[in-house]
Amino acid sequence: MSIPVEANISLVDKHPADDLLRADRFPHILCPGCGIGTVIHTYVRAIMESGVDPDRHVCVSGIGCSGRAAGYVNVDSYHATHGRALPFALGIALHKPDLVVTVISGDGDLTAIGGNHFIHAARRNINLNVICINNFNYGMTGGQTGPTSPKGARSPTAPDGNQDHPFILPHLAHAIGASFVSRWTVLHVRQFQEAVLRMMEKDGFCFTEVLAPCPTSFGRPNNFAQGLHEMEMYRDRCHIENGVSRMSDLQIDIMDPDWPIIVGNFVDVERGSYGEHA
Amino acid sequence: MVKLHAARPPPTPRLLSGARFMQGDHACAEGALAAGLDFFAGYPITPSTEVAERLSDRLPAVGGRFVQMEDELGSIAAIIGASAAGARSLTATSGPGFSLMMENIGLAAMMELPIVVVNVQRASPSTGLPTMVGQSDILQARWGSHGDYGVIAYCPDSPQECFDLTFEAFNAADRYRVPVFVLMDEVVGHMAERVVIPEPGILSIRVRKGPRQPPGKEPFLSYAPDDDLVPPIAHAGEGYKVHMTGLTHDERGYPITDAGVHHKLVTRLVDKVRKHADQILMTEEFMLDDADTVLLAIGCTSRSARHAVRMARAQGRHWGLLRPKTVWPFPSDRVRELAASGRVRQFVVPEISLGQLRREVERLTRMPVINITHAGGAMPTPEQILEAVES
Ligand SMILES: Cc1ncc(C[n+]2csc(CCOP(=O)(O)OP(=O)(O)O)c2C)c(N)n1
Ligand code: SF4
Ligand SMILES: [Mg+2]
Repeated sequence: MSIPVEANISLVDKHPADDLLRADRFPHILCPGCGIGTVIHTYVRAIMESGVDPDRHVCVSGIGCSGRAAGYVNVDSYHATHGRALPFALGIALHKPDLVVTVISGDGDLTAIGGNHFIHAARRNINLNVICINNFNYGMTGGQTGPTSPKGARSPTAPDGNQDHPFILPHLAHAIGASFVSRWTVLHVRQFQEAVLRMMEKDGFCFTEVLAPCPTSFGRPNNFAQGLHEMEMYRDRCHIENGVSRMSDLQIDIMDPDWPIIVGNFVDVERGSYGEHA
Repeated sequence: MVKLHAARPPPTPRLLSGARFMQGDHACAEGALAAGLDFFAGYPITPSTEVAERLSDRLPAVGGRFVQMEDELGSIAAIIGASAAGARSLTATSGPGFSLMMENIGLAAMMELPIVVVNVQRASPSTGLPTMVGQSDILQARWGSHGDYGVIAYCPDSPQECFDLTFEAFNAADRYRVPVFVLMDEVVGHMAERVVIPEPGILSIRVRKGPRQPPGKEPFLSYAPDDDLVPPIAHAGEGYKVHMTGLTHDERGYPITDAGVHHKLVTRLVDKVRKHADQILMTEEFMLDDADTVLLAIGCTSRSARHAVRMARAQGRHWGLLRPKTVWPFPSDRVRELAASGRVRQFVVPEISLGQLRREVERLTRMPVINITHAGGAMPTPEQILEAVES
């Protein structure tokens, strides 16, 4: 395909983020309209701005579409088993404390099958940066209901709508002791990137939930058939409220068109990271 | 800074040289320390807890990291992660915890990250008899995770061997980049005997084979094997930008959906152990030269068997003992050789399992195999072995 180039625009050979992406693996497996690519790009941008040599950055993922993130970033990267990204990353972070270890994984990976590790890694304040891509379902396996699926959302395992209460992930992260807690969406790229940077420079267990469209698996049966539809919803319904006073206000009901979604940086405290008293 | 405890006595050295009276679990911990253990993650479970308890004190004192995890799923994942960062890493567990670790043992095999897992076997299945002896995780150790892969498993028969073979386990894990098990049993783990730990400079720690190219320039192929089928390893933070996954992957470590690549990769994972079996295998032979009756036993049961051999010899019978110190790989060639010698009439397999070890011997010999079994909680006595053979 030839791209029409206007006279006053020159094409660059290389994208500035190229060195930090495993471009030899492209095209990637993600669907059109999927939010995960934006998360990967944001992570890479944060590495570039972190001032820390990429050789000292490590990315660990679990299994799922979100879990494929580790496979596309050109730093030491590990694609662990479903649910076990956090303890795998813990092993790296504790053995080599000078590394900046980021876990990128899905809502199901981190808070269903990996939920126990999530609460304990936070309780111990292990020095990890956790980006949880919340697309409200198990994207990779075809959109089944997960622990963040909204009440009433339809899925292949909830044909009449989900009956279970979803987690409020920042509320949970706060309750279990995370040192930094935020929520953004893939629409809020600037703020999201700042949050990731903050996690990278901060000691202890840091957590960011990022809402991301999964048009293929979640969107289709739930009125967000295209990625863009969910992005428009973020634009219309997100309110930035840094340092929100009541964590329970962070509940999301994306099925209710009038329900506001609060995003922001909510918690940033010093707890002394793991092993400091050793 | 919070001071939790009063000042402790000065820390002991990493290598506790000298002769001591020590239980098997503690000797196992000391063997790991002697091997340069950097990282331990575990979850308490009888009868392996003493390994963790000892390391919780000893490992941080020599600069290593001890973590008590939330469960065994986390423990095994953590030691694989630590290994990815270059640590010699260990976990210790027993049956129920070993079962929980199975999925990630496959991950370690597939990523080729060296780990050592101690399983102090207790009477099973399920919760079984937590405080009593078992030897029925032998086949699980070999086949427990889904799919084909190679593993190495040592079976110590004494606290001394708990030290020696745990030390050996780390060298083997690093040499072949496979999961290595120390399959102890409750009796060996909890019995105390004299353990001699060598002076510094005697034991040699094998260093992992690293990349032969500097980081940065040429891309490093983390899964391009040498002639010995084992690829050099680069760790997190060394600048090689490795990618490791449990998915079937090419030599760069990148996922690839291809039956041919899969076949080649998995065959190599199995062959790493199969083709080096001669170098890995360790057995002990006791009075076997002229034996017409061969006892084959492991761990604590081999102690009964050895005594039974002595008793039989005192009665003028020609008994001998073949004791696999490595149950995986199994000393198959030696067993076949004995079976074909023309001298050996029968094999006798005492075990604390309803026939897991017998199965292996039967498969290799097609000879009468007398199996003295107990499902767990008790071990066959020398008298029971003699009786069973007589009747
Ligand atoms: C032990 C185990 N159980 C089940 C699966 C199947 N599985 C793969 S990904 C996945 C869910 C992923 O959901 P999530 O973590 O939210 O990631 P997403 O695909 O939505 O990004 C499941 C159930 C698996 N790989 N391993
Ligand atoms: S299934 Fe959903 S989460 Fe997975 S790649 Fe497609 S859009 Fe993204
Ligand atoms: Mg998901």
